[in-house]
Amino acid sequence: MKKEESISLEPRPQNPIESLIRVERLPHMWCPGCGIGISMGAFTRAVVESGIDQNSLSVVSGIGCTGRVAGYLRLDTFHVTHGRAVPFATGLKLGNPKLKVVVYSGDGDLMAIGGNHLIHAARRNVPLTVILINNFNYGMTGGQFGPTTPMEAFGATAPYGNYEYPFNLPYLMDVCGAAYIARWTVYHVRQLTRSITEAMSKDGFSFIEVITPCPELYLRRNRLGDALKEMIYLKENSRIQNGAETRTVAIEKIRGEIIIGKFVDRERPGYIQSLDGHLQKVLGARYQRPPFWEK
Amino acid sequence: MKKTKPKPKIKELVHLTADPRGVLTGVHFMNGDQAACEGALAAGCRFVAGYPITPSTEIVERFASRIPTVGGIFIQMEDEIASSIAIQGAAWAGLKSMTVSSGPGFSLMMEHVGLAAMLETPCVFIDVQRAGPSTGLPTLPGQADMMQVRWGAHGDYEIIALVPNSPQECFDLTIQAFNLSEEFRVPTFVMMDECVGHMAERVVIPPADKIKIFNRRYTTLPPEEYLPYRTGKDLVPWFVKAGTGRRFHITGLTHDERGYPMMNAETQGKLVRRLVDKIRANAEQIVRYEEEDCEGAEVVVISYGITSRVASRAVEMARKQGIKVGRFRPVVVWPFPEKRIRQLAGMVGGFVVAELNYGQISLEVERLVAGKVPEKAIEKRRVNQPGAATAKSD
Repeated sequence: MKKEESISLEPRPQNPIESLIRVERLPHMWCPGCGIGISMGAFTRAVVESGIDQNSLSVVSGIGCTGRVAGYLRLDTFHVTHGRAVPFATGLKLGNPKLKVVVYSGDGDLMAIGGNHLIHAARRNVPLTVILINNFNYGMTGGQFGPTTPMEAFGATAPYGNYEYPFNLPYLMDVCGAAYIARWTVYHVRQLTRSITEAMSKDGFSFIEVITPCPELYLRRNRLGDALKEMIYLKENSRIQNGAETRTVAIEKIRGEIIIGKFVDRERPGYIQSLDGHLQKVLGARYQRPPFWEK
Repeated sequence: MKKTKPKPKIKELVHLTADPRGVLTGVHFMNGDQAACEGALAAGCRFVAGYPITPSTEIVERFASRIPTVGGIFIQMEDEIASSIAIQGAAWAGLKSMTVSSGPGFSLMMEHVGLAAMLETPCVFIDVQRAGPSTGLPTLPGQADMMQVRWGAHGDYEIIALVPNSPQECFDLTIQAFNLSEEFRVPTFVMMDECVGHMAERVVIPPADKIKIFNRRYTTLPPEEYLPYRTGKDLVPWFVKAGTGRRFHITGLTHDERGYPMMNAETQGKLVRRLVDKIRANAEQIVRYEEEDCEGAEVVVISYGITSRVASRAVEMARKQGIKVGRFRPVVVWPFPEKRIRQLAGMVGGFVVAELNYGQISLEVERLVAGKVPEKAIEKRRVNQPGAATAKSD
């Protein structure tokens, strides 16, 4: 027998970001203490706060732990091949410039296998927002070292410690010409949220590096403590330096200071504006603006 | 019993003739590469991403020059990997798109042939084949990518591949490739070769209203009812493009009808079975071939692309000597015209497969005629050396 429903059903208070999450796909697959979910929370709040049209917002991810972000967002989301989120996003954006296109992926995906695509998209100044989650290793495959792993840190494929120099990502993006460059840690969620809003409003290529060391593999293997201890570390050892010279912000040591902040915010015509303006100038009346851009 | 479901009004969704803006109606003298570019424009292709490579680069050069006055985009990417996925981003924005390459670049694209098969992205690849492996002979023809196009990416999937043997066919079959790609939501390939790409002949481009076009079938279901990979009997899901409020997810992982990843053998079986069956079950509708005097022939010469032009002369010479020779040319090579080759096997004395490789399509023919034709009667040696396109007595 079914019990009589006697409780009056008050509308359940809804988290403002709930409509942006595919709740039917929860629980997510990230480990306890992982910061990817925190960054995703910041992203969804930025989407809500900025008031951008959610039906015109697409998120493209590559492969890896962060690559799964696309699958949890209730937006038009694309989970493509390893390292290739940026060129997919480039095609998507050029096919419909009215879309806001965000690339959300990890350091191994975007900077190792996808490094070539990332630098070229920054050079072209394609209007994309790239959120790069830097966890200092390859998480999904088991903690191998990567192009962002600090010197001497251990990884599954660096059993005696890493002896390769890591990339200084903000500096790299700076010299490639990105219009907007920032770095935050997952401790700095408010700043990160504001930064994502700013980045999405740019007409050119915007890049945000989010520092969130992998708790299960990187922190554990390097005996750096658990996720809570890491949060305290990020709080105490990050220094906000907006407008810092990007060449000075490298993260090369396991336990060094982390410079964070908005490093670059400049006006430079985006790819679509350049293409349109140049062809209009050169071809005049013969130029036919792509009709699918107008819709 | 026949079940009758209300049929969607395809005519309302699918324009049946070409957009005149892309059609260069008239009689031209142009090479195969240029004709393929005109075919793409006529088919409604408005996005090409490419990377320079000989001998296919004339296609993108022409597209780069033509497209700003037609209304579309050419972007030169950083490599062929990027090109082959940028076109898929554009496809999911709602465009017909294409990339173009030759052997070494085509090898790099295999990753995204698999992705296009998995996401069911309609898009066209042109491979102007040169002799390989590796850098090989950049300026001389080959036909040795015929199995690569069939099997190049990992996993099980099906594709469609067409092989033109003249500049006119480069135009016609590129349009056909777009139509098939849209109809079946499958990556479709135009497998040219350097000779066909670089030879110039008369190319007739008809008026736009005489060019049949199959446009993409977009879902008309409201967001709450639409599932990106739900299909009807034809096994082809209807498309959705980004920015229409459907809030869909697509992934290269094994996925269910919702497009959500699902890591189990059952979903894998259901999905990949459909990806394969949507082509295999429709193979008879897709295959296209030309044949001449095959039934009752002492020998049938099977050839495609430039080799079919060369073989014609050999066939004429043999006929002058009184040998009954038939000619067979697959125009669509994948799916292969299996049914017809099996039929012919019982009616002819033997087969000669002429191709610019060391045996690729000949393997397919051997497989189909095994037991019906004495083994000795299948000529499987190469007829021409890859890199050369002149008839040899061999």
